[in-house]
Amino acid sequence: MNFLREKLDKLKPQFTKGGKFEKLQSVFEGFETFMFVPDKVTFKGSHIRDSIDMKRTMTVVILALVPALLFGCYNTGLQHFRSTGIEPAIFQAGWYGFLRILPLIIVSYAVGLGIEFIAAQIRGHEINEGYLVTGLLIPLIMPIDVPLWMLALAVAFSVIIGKEIFGGTGMNIFNPALLARAFLFFSYPGWMSGDLVWTDGLVAGKNIVDGFSGATPLALSAAGEISKLPSFMEMFIGTIPGSIGETSTIAIIIGAAVLIITGVGSWKIMVSVFGGGLATGLLLNALSANPYMDLPFYYHFVMGGFAFGAVFMATDPVSATQTEKGKWIYGFLIGVFSVLLRVLNPAYPEGVMLAILLMNVFAPLIDYYVVQSNIRRRLRRAKVALNTGVK
Amino acid sequence: MSRTVKLKKGYDIRLEGVAEKKLAGTVNPVLYGVKPTDFPGLVPKLEVGPGDTVDAGTPLFHDKLRPEVKFTSPVSGKVISVNRGERRQIMEVVVESEGSRFREFGNSDPLSLPDVRIKEKILQSGLWPAIRQRPYHVIANAGESPKSIFISGFDTAPLAPDYNFIVENSNLAWLQTGIKALSKLTSGSIYVSLNADSSGNSILETLDGVVLTYFSGPHPAGNVGVQIHHVDPVNKGETVWYINLQDVFALGRLFEEGIYRPERVIALTGSEVIAPQYYRMISGGSLKPLAEGKLKQGGLRCISGNVLTGRKTEPEGFLGFYDSQVTVIPEGDYSEFFGWAAPGAAKLSFSRTFLSSLFPRKVFRPDTNLHGGERAFVVTGLYEKVVPMDIYPMHLFKAILAEDIDMMENLGIYEVAEEDFALCEFVCPSKIEIQSIIRKGLDLMRNEMS
Repeated sequence: MNFLREKLDKLKPQFTKGGKFEKLQSVFEGFETFMFVPDKVTFKGSHIRDSIDMKRTMTVVILALVPALLFGCYNTGLQHFRSTGIEPAIFQAGWYGFLRILPLIIVSYAVGLGIEFIAAQIRGHEINEGYLVTGLLIPLIMPIDVPLWMLALAVAFSVIIGKEIFGGTGMNIFNPALLARAFLFFSYPGWMSGDLVWTDGLVAGKNIVDGFSGATPLALSAAGEISKLPSFMEMFIGTIPGSIGETSTIAIIIGAAVLIITGVGSWKIMVSVFGGGLATGLLLNALSANPYMDLPFYYHFVMGGFAFGAVFMATDPVSATQTEKGKWIYGFLIGVFSVLLRVLNPAYPEGVMLAILLMNVFAPLIDYYVVQSNIRRRLRRAKVALNTGVK
Repeated sequence: MSRTVKLKKGYDIRLEGVAEKKLAGTVNPVLYGVKPTDFPGLVPKLEVGPGDTVDAGTPLFHDKLRPEVKFTSPVSGKVISVNRGERRQIMEVVVESEGSRFREFGNSDPLSLPDVRIKEKILQSGLWPAIRQRPYHVIANAGESPKSIFISGFDTAPLAPDYNFIVENSNLAWLQTGIKALSKLTSGSIYVSLNADSSGNSILETLDGVVLTYFSGPHPAGNVGVQIHHVDPVNKGETVWYINLQDVFALGRLFEEGIYRPERVIALTGSEVIAPQYYRMISGGSLKPLAEGKLKQGGLRCISGNVLTGRKTEPEGFLGFYDSQVTVIPEGDYSEFFGWAAPGAAKLSFSRTFLSSLFPRKVFRPDTNLHGGERAFVVTGLYEKVVPMDIYPMHLFKAILAEDIDMMENLGIYEVAEEDFALCEFVCPSKIEIQSIIRKGLDLMRNEMS
C-alpha cells in the first residue's frame, strides 16, 4: 500500500491551506483517514491509546444493521412479487429488493455526506463518522415507495436542522434518522402512512392481484381487524409489509447481539424498552376495553418498528440519556409510550418514532435528576462528617 | 479488623515487559535534574545559578507563592545548567554529581519533636514536595493539618513495580520512622492500602501506627485517590495528604541520619527493554546510564512513569520526582492502511470490537499511535466503566469545559486527580485529552478558591 500512501502524500499539499483545492481539505482528509489511520502519536496524557476510534465504533453499528438490510432486500422483493401474484425464489426477491433499495441508500449518503463535508470544511473540523450510520438508518425506516426527492429533502432537513445547527455530531438533541422520518411523516403523510406505500409497485397499481391490500399489521390492528393479522411467526420472521428494515425481528435480534457483544450499543436501553413495552402491554391486556387492547402483549414486539427502534434508534448515545441509571428510565418510558401511542391514539398507527423523539427531549431532564442524586449524596456525606466531628 | 474494599470497575492493561523481580544493581548517573514541571501549579524561583557548588539538600529553587517549599539537590556537586523551554519557563536545573557531601539536618526521634519542627525539617530538606494533598493534587499546604494521611502500598498501573519487592529491598526501619513523623502531622489516621492478594504476606502488614485497608480489583485500585474516596473521602473544606511509599523511606532516613537522600528502587519496564529489571537509583538521575545498551532498536518512546500518566522523556532526560518506574515502548508514527477495519487480533482495546477481545490473557505491545482523530463526545457509559468512584466522569469533564465552578464542586472535583481518569483517556474513542481537562479544572478551582 506504499504506492497509495506516496500518491496521497504527493497530493496532500494541494489540499492544504494555500493549495489549489484548499476548499476540499476536509473531504481529502476524510478520504485519507478512511484509507489510512493517521500517523499521529500521543503528545500528552496517556502514551498509549485504545485501538478503537469513531470509525470502528460506527462500523460495528453498520455491521449490526446488515442482517436487517439483507432481509429488507428480500422482503421488498417478496412483497412486490406477492402483490403481483407470484411466489419468488429467495435470490430473485433479494436481487429485486436490492435494486430498489440501492438508490435510496445512494441518495441518503450522497446528500447527507455532502452536507457533512461542507459543514466540516466551514468549521475546520475533521469529518465526523456519525452520518455513516444515520445514512443507512434513514433508508431502513422508509417505506420502499418513497420518492427519492422526498428522501433527499428529509435527509437535508435532519442533517442541517437536526444536527449541524446544534454543532454537529455529538451535539444534537434528536435522533437524526428519526427526525428525517418524522419530517416526512408530518410533511407528506400520504407517503408515510396508509396501505400502499409499503409494497413496491402498489402505488402505481399495475398488475396487482385481487385481495392484496398491503396493509401493515399496525394498520390492521388500529382498524380493529385483529383477525386479519399475519401469524406471530410470520411477523417474527418479517415477511410482512412495513418499512424496509424494520419487519424482521430475527434480523434485528442478530444486530442486537452484535451491538451487545461488542458493547457498542447499550443493552440497558434495549432491555428497558422491551420492559416498558411488556409492562404496558400487560396492563392494556388487563384493561381489555377493545380488541386492540386484547392483542397479546408480545405481539407489540414483532409489529412495526418496535424492535428496530429499541435496538438501533433508542440506543443512539448522543440523543439518549448519558447516565447509566438514566438509561433504564429512558428506555422504559420509550417502551411505555410506544405501546400507549399505538393502542390509544387512533391518529398514529405507529408510536415508536414519536416515543423515542419525545424521550430524546426528556433525556437531559432524566440525567439532571440522576446527577442531582449524586450531588445530594456528596453533600449528605459532608454533613455527616461535620456532625460526627471529624475534622 | 481491617477492611477490604472490593472494586469492580477499572481495567488492567496487560503489556509486554514486566520487570523481573531482580535487583540488577545501582545506577550512579553523573547528571541529575530537578524539574519544576513535575509539580503542577508551581512557580519556581531559582536560588542557584550555573557554576554554584551544592550539597545534597541545598535548595535549587523554591515556590514563589510559597517560599517555604524548597526543592533541593538530590546529590552534591555543581550546578551546570538551567534549561529553559518556551517563554523562558524553567524546565530543569541540572547538577553534575561530585563527591558525597550532605547538608546536615540533624537526626532526631520524630516523636520527641513538636509538629512545627517536623514540618520545618521536612520543608528545609526538600522532601516536603513528596507530600501532596487532595483537593487539587498539588504539594501539600504546610499551614494546614490534614484529616488523614494516605500511603498506597501497591501500584496497579500498567507494568507497575511490585511494592512488596521494593520494600523487601529497602530499610524497613526508615519506613517505620517515616510513619512516626507523618503521624505527628495529622490528628487523624495514617492509612496504608494494600492489595487484597498480598493479604497475609506483605511486610507492610507489620507496620505500627497505621490503619490497613485492603483493595481488590483492577487498575486504578492502586491509585491513592480511589483509596481516599472509599476510606475517608474529601468533602468541601477538608484536606487529605498522601505520599508515595518510597518517599516515606527517605523521610525516615531524614530523621534517622539527618540527610536528604531520595533513593529509590525503580523498575525499568516496557516491551522495548531487553531485560526488564529493578535498579537502585537516586531521584532525578539521568536515564542515560540506566537505559544505555538495555533497549531494543527502533523509534522508541521513553517515559518516566507508567504509560498512562508518565511523562515523555528524552533518553538523556531525568527520572521524575514522583516516579518509581521507567517505561520504554515503540513510537507509533506510521499510518496504517484501513487500520480501523482490521480484525485486530493483536490490537489492544478495552472495547470488544477487535478479535483480541477473545483472548483475555493476551499480553500486548502497543505503540504511541493515537489510533484515530479527535472527535466530540459521542459514546456514553464508557468512562464510568473504568472509574471506580461514585463520580460521573462525563458530567465532570463537561462542567470543567464549561468552567462551571459550582458544578465542578458538586460533582466531586475535590476528590480527583488527572491520574484517576487516565483510563478514561485511554479508552476514549473520541481521543479527547481528558487528563489535561482534569488538570485545567483543578488549576481553575485552586485559583478560584485561593
